[in-house]
Amino acid sequence: MLSVIEPIVVCVGVLVALLALAAGLVWLERRLLGLWQDRYGPNRVGPFGLLQVLADMIKMLTKEDWIPPFADKPIFVIAPAVIVFTVLMSFAVIPFTPHIQVVDLNIGLLFVLAMSSLGVYSVALGGWASNNKYALLGGLRAAAQMLSYEVFMGLSLMGVVMLAGSFSLRAIVEAQQGLWFCVPQFPGLVIFFVAGLAEARRIPFDLPEAETELVAGYHTEYSGMKFGMFFVGEYLGIVLVSALTTVLFFGGWLGPVLPPLVWFFLKTFFFICLFILIRGTFPRLRYDQLLAFGWKVMLPLALLNLVVTGGIVLAKS
Amino acid sequence: MNGYLPILFIFLVATFIGAAIIVLSTLLSRKNWTPIKLMPYECGMDPIGSARRRFPVRFFVIGMLFIVFDIELIFLFPWATIYDKLMIFGFVEMLIFVLVLLVGLVYVWKKGALEWQ
Repeated sequence: MLSVIEPIVVCVGVLVALLALAAGLVWLERRLLGLWQDRYGPNRVGPFGLLQVLADMIKMLTKEDWIPPFADKPIFVIAPAVIVFTVLMSFAVIPFTPHIQVVDLNIGLLFVLAMSSLGVYSVALGGWASNNKYALLGGLRAAAQMLSYEVFMGLSLMGVVMLAGSFSLRAIVEAQQGLWFCVPQFPGLVIFFVAGLAEARRIPFDLPEAETELVAGYHTEYSGMKFGMFFVGEYLGIVLVSALTTVLFFGGWLGPVLPPLVWFFLKTFFFICLFILIRGTFPRLRYDQLLAFGWKVMLPLALLNLVVTGGIVLAKS
Repeated sequence: MNGYLPILFIFLVATFIGAAIIVLSTLLSRKNWTPIKLMPYECGMDPIGSARRRFPVRFFVIGMLFIVFDIELIFLFPWATIYDKLMIFGFVEMLIFVLVLLVGLVYVWKKGALEWQ
């Protein structure tokens, strides 16, 4: 009986923790951006502005829930839920500690890649269903961008799979007992992180919602909590990419003295802050630069990394 | 198949969360629609024409490139898991495969499919 209840408890716990984390992240991002840009950020509601998140949530929930009459209604309503759903599903195979993991699939890594690629549907369909020119352009841009960067995101992970000899994320973490993969797979790490930035549609790759040209991109027509769901999806995406970077390249829960969960949290937190720092410092790319960078620089680099890793593994044995 | 039960469970919970947020926002929100709000947003101008119009074919090209390269990627994944058993055979195989991939990439590049002008 216990074996049935345990994954359920873990599952609900993980999902609730994630949603709380995504909300907290909005606050963290605004505070950190404030710090790095020499201003305050939210500091009025509650201690350190912490209750700002709660206030924002209440505001979003009670805002006018706008379903435009010119939109494709069912798709318009479902699209924001899809992105929250796919990101939450991805976390099913992330090993937080040796014991806290919803399920350890032997195809874990493929599962994450599959789920994160389903996220494309959300933004593409949301943009299309809005029946608004800005939204349509944003949706198209998002689709083309996420597809392009997915190719070498998968390629960059090939080296990790080769070294660990498994797709199971737990096996990948355990294979890093001696040496974290960020050392032998440093090019893979860089390529993966850049692809992660693009997949999460963050600056410098946030062209789908470039506010200077497309108003708000694919969610121009969204309001209230439907807009909020795109937001939550984006922040959960940041957590997902950070957690994946930790698991695949930085030894997941491995670390001395402190308990595994603390190590996992600290490492993930570091990458989340890196995401925010990048947002605070980089300008936005142009769309042709973005695609050219992906196909002409990152894809050959990822292939090169694959060949070199193969050669090194071969030479070592 | 037993290992996939938690996946089914997280599927149900994640679907529930998504649906719950949508329902909640429908229930809690106010409705105050005016004729101006019923127009698509175009920076305050009256919209010109429908949004269902032609858009650059390059987006389709990117989509096609993605399918080609992603399928080749799928062939590489199983290869990577058993690389430690294939060794020299696997390495040469992979070199040939990546070479084919590269030829494809160079062809696409030279044809100008990667240019956005």
